[in-house]
Amino acid sequence: MTGLEKQSPSRRTFLGLAAGGLTAVFAAQPATAAKIQTKARIVIIGAGAAGTSLVNRLVTRLDGAAITIIDPSAEHLYQPGLSLVAAGLKPASYTRSRTTDWLPQGITLVTEAAAAVDPVAKAVTTSGGQSLGYDFLILAPGLVLDHDAIEGFSLDLVGSSGIGALYAGPQYAAKTWEAASKFCESGGVGVFTRPATEMKCAGAPLKHTFLIEDIATRVAGAGKHEMHYAANNEALFGVPIVSEKVRMLFESRGIAAHYSHVLKSIDPGRKRAVFQTPTGDSEIGYDYLHVIPPQRAPEFVRQSGLSWADKWTDQGWVEVDMKTLRHLRYPDIFALGDVAGVPKGKTAASVKWQVPVVEDRLIAAIEGREGSAVYDGYTSCPLITRVGRAMLIEFDYHNNLTPSFPGVIAPLEELWISWLMKEVALKATYNAMLRGKA
Amino acid sequence: MEQLTPETLIAVFEEIFGRTLFWGMVVVAAVVTAAYIFVLIRDRSMSMRKFLLAQLSMPFGAVAAVIFVMAMTDSNLRDIGGPVDLIVLLGIAAIGAVGAAILVYTAQSLFRGQRDL
Repeated sequence: MTGLEKQSPSRRTFLGLAAGGLTAVFAAQPATAAKIQTKARIVIIGAGAAGTSLVNRLVTRLDGAAITIIDPSAEHLYQPGLSLVAAGLKPASYTRSRTTDWLPQGITLVTEAAAAVDPVAKAVTTSGGQSLGYDFLILAPGLVLDHDAIEGFSLDLVGSSGIGALYAGPQYAAKTWEAASKFCESGGVGVFTRPATEMKCAGAPLKHTFLIEDIATRVAGAGKHEMHYAANNEALFGVPIVSEKVRMLFESRGIAAHYSHVLKSIDPGRKRAVFQTPTGDSEIGYDYLHVIPPQRAPEFVRQSGLSWADKWTDQGWVEVDMKTLRHLRYPDIFALGDVAGVPKGKTAASVKWQVPVVEDRLIAAIEGREGSAVYDGYTSCPLITRVGRAMLIEFDYHNNLTPSFPGVIAPLEELWISWLMKEVALKATYNAMLRGKA
Repeated sequence: MEQLTPETLIAVFEEIFGRTLFWGMVVVAAVVTAAYIFVLIRDRSMSMRKFLLAQLSMPFGAVAAVIFVMAMTDSNLRDIGGPVDLIVLLGIAAIGAVGAAILVYTAQSLFRGQRDL
């Protein structure tokens, strides 16, 4: 056979290639390791992104473990979708599914809230009074939005009187769009805030600002809106290089930045918002106000003595090692997701990278050895800057950018492909993560 | 993104187009491809006349594919922001062009038969 003959395709070689390709695709699926036999009692508090993803991974690794997951909510929320709902780009139903749709067979779901943890006796008490003993406990209850901390604000106001609050859930995100769309059409002063506490997805306040500015300008034309963004400190984003980029974008879009302005109270009747600043209170009138309240760990975490004693004392995040997510005082407790007391990392993208670390450490602990997986603070924020454009910002504990596609998708460039990732690819990836597959 | 499995990729496409539309398009694409292979095997040669018309349909296929994807993703041509966006856009256009060419060629072969080879 000459080389030339080898290259000429025939029907048979074509079919052979096609079959070979298919085999390669299926062969690429990861091989399943042998399951570990154990009688360990594992309790997971929270069936959100973190708890669900972890439980789906654990059932494929462990055989015989008694796994209990505690969550009172019948509804699972795809929270990364809330900023799209609040900009009228998706319906509220886009973020909703049933908690049980994502949970595996062979585990116990307790549909009650956790009321207390006794880390010494190793037991969790539920709101219904059940006591659940554990060998290992995973804290993944999420966080609590402290709406009462903003004087004059209540969730009933959302959607009317020019007030939005997209974090409060799908129905409030939809009501936020009702208020925001009125503002977009009629023009006026828009004020966008963020709390001084740690928060879920620190990019979301910026996304909402950018999206509403973009939609307002498209709907009513330029010059009819005055946009103000109130930052809680002297930066617009925790990562300095990103903060600087956002500052430039704000400048080019005519969005005024107010530094060290923390929303303190509102007067919905007069449409005035009061901000706490280093030089005293400052009042800004608004036609549209986006409220994001302070965020804290759930009460039971703080009451059970699991929080940091010297850090975030007003917020109560769980005292864990930032690389292993293991409790510093109680090694049989891990924390995942929003409740973990680590810098950064209150996003679904963080969860995606945290879960394999806790899985590794937990299984190692069951086997009586030390795990090796380490979480380095990776998080990702597809920072939407317009309908149709975003910056795919990924970073770690050290404020370094960690692009997944270096040289292809530039992190600080407003790109259509990054928008596609946020709008269409993210939910599919998130769902795969929930099933423990990504 | 940590892992990109075929499963995730399928889920992404289901998300873009909706499950029904996506699998509908997959079926249509599979049927057209199968029909194309069928006419190639049946005729044992390419008809240049049919291929000419197929080529003429390519720009329309390209434009239609771009308009379709833009509409499905709340996007606009003004959102193209960098080289990678342009590459993706051209890729979509190329797929649309080739798809249209195959469709037109196959349709002619199936409905006109082998007479005007």
